Amino acid sequence: MGTINVNGKELEVDEEGYLANINDWEPAVAEVMAKEDGLELTDEHWDIINFLRDYYEEYQIAPAVRVLTKAVGKKLGKDKGNSKYLYGLFPYGPGKQACRYAGLPKPTGCV
Amino acid sequence: MAKAEFEIPELKEYPEIPPIQPGAMAHSKPYVAKADFQEPLGYPGELVDDWQDKAIEAMGDLLGKYRSLQVFLDACVKCGSCTDKCHYYLGTADPKNMPVARQDLLRKVYRRYFTFAGKYFPKLVGATDLTEEVLEDWYNYFHQCSQCRRCSVFCPYGIDTAEISMAAREIMDRIGLGQKYCNEIVGKVFRIGNNLGLPGPALEDTLEGLEEDVFDDTGVEVKYPLDKKGADILLVTPSADFFAEPHVDGLIGYGKVFHEAGVNWTLSSKASEAANFGMFIGSYENMRKISLRIREAALELGVKRIVFGECGHAWRVAYSFLNTLAGPWDFLDQNYPIPQHICEFTYDLIQKDKDKPEEEKVLKFDKSQNDDMVVTFHDSCNVARASRMGDFPGGQFVIPREIIKTVCNNFVDMDPDTVYEKTFCCGGGGGLLTDELMELRVKGAKPRMEALRNVIEEDGVTHMAMICAICKAQFTKVLPYYGRGMDMIVSLHQLVSNAIVLTGQQTEDEEEEENEAAAE
Repeated sequence: MGTINVNGKELEVDEEGYLANINDWEPAVAEVMAKEDGLELTDEHWDIINFLRDYYEEYQIAPAVRVLTKAVGKKLGKDKGNSKYLYGLFPYGPGKQACRYAGLPKPTGCV
Repeated sequence: MAKAEFEIPELKEYPEIPPIQPGAMAHSKPYVAKADFQEPLGYPGELVDDWQDKAIEAMGDLLGKYRSLQVFLDACVKCGSCTDKCHYYLGTADPKNMPVARQDLLRKVYRRYFTFAGKYFPKLVGATDLTEEVLEDWYNYFHQCSQCRRCSVFCPYGIDTAEISMAAREIMDRIGLGQKYCNEIVGKVFRIGNNLGLPGPALEDTLEGLEEDVFDDTGVEVKYPLDKKGADILLVTPSADFFAEPHVDGLIGYGKVFHEAGVNWTLSSKASEAANFGMFIGSYENMRKISLRIREAALELGVKRIVFGECGHAWRVAYSFLNTLAGPWDFLDQNYPIPQHICEFTYDLIQKDKDKPEEEKVLKFDKSQNDDMVVTFHDSCNVARASRMGDFPGGQFVIPREIIKTVCNNFVDMDPDTVYEKTFCCGGGGGLLTDELMELRVKGAKPRMEALRNVIEEDGVTHMAMICAICKAQFTKVLPYYGRGMDMIVSLHQLVSNAIVLTGQQTEDEEEEENEAAAE
């Protein structure tokens, strides 16, 4: 178990860098994690992160890839409603990387 | 794509057996499960103080329960047939990934504690004490076996390394040294009902979304029902089918087939998982507990039949063990296979349609919808070597291929040494589909990648179809390391879904005409 330093606080993360406690999350968590990956978060990234957090709050799980792409397509235009767009934003995979930035647990199973 | 911190194997035109590199994968091991993930499965939270004694005790218990384990540990004559058959050996060159060497990690301890010669003359028979070093090798190398059983096809005694790996993992679990990926997932099935941890409302939302999508695409109201009491068929499918791509395209296909067949079917939020990771960790108790959820769901919903979706090891558990784990199934309709595979269901309809005139067929296909593809088929290990389909030998090979040929004009098989019962594992099976094992997964995929590359270059193959959630997830992650796109991977019922013409569905021409009419 490691920690990441966000605004002077040491937050606990698991082996793969996911927040151990979802309630520790604040926007700066995503900024710190992205910086470690050499990524700069734009409004497009935040659209996805916010959607993930809203969905999680309602359903206690990250959205399925198809649910996410459909929601993005509806909000930002059909040309962006696909996994290619999402992989462009989150090269390590929208499911895993974006979930990590959003403070959600990693999706497990055959995915 | 993620940058690799290891060397990507070079693909050769002909498979080559690599010279050994001792210790090449000694660093590879999965994360250890914390107490939170151990205890719900009935295992100690951390390595117990007297772990040596406890491990030997556990080994004795398993030897007493499974005669096969003792036979496998006794029978090996070191003939060497298996040495170059494991994809992990071929991909990593680590000699401990030769099946015989992997077995010997357990066998040498078995000899020391359970055989006369090993007790009194250990050096003469290669018997060793269970030391910390040996335990470390167990943890690392029994998590470099995907339990695919390819080696057992070539072993003259039929020694099954998969069973030895399962036993080793169960022994380690019992002394508190479990693997995070598998054990966290088994806990989620107990708590929530599936590997992903999708609660009922999320499932419902996802399925409603699919209904919308299919309606937008076809103009037909295909339903994806959940927890529908009084349905005839319970579909049990891997939760990845709700969540990931291309898995979900397969689920869409199952629904279209059921719709056209006119059957009354449902999914269950309690049995929302076909996968059974209890098998990967060699735990009869956990495997049984997971299976019983299916029984409970079937009874609660009052179904008459159970059909399994595209999931390799789930089909092994279902086909080979479901009756002993969760039977008797006397309350189901005995006129159908118990359980039935979705491929059997679709194939059966295709067979019955064969002699009917086109307009009377239950399933109508427009094969040209798949004309942008040249398709090959990857046999998944657990379906190929640990189960069967249909009522004839080899059905598990013939049935999926016949379905593909019914819905696609262009089908090509890969090298015969890499398909049917000699198929290579995708590299991510057996509970190894976790990111910290990415080096192993990429290297283990090498034999399949070579065979695939050959049909791409020689026959213009564009897509590889399969019927296993793990295979689909593994290949979509691993293909980019070999310079190929993840969209090469398709679900078998995705091909069915593309080609099926639903009753009342508008053809593209009709749609165009309508659009033109609307524009005028």
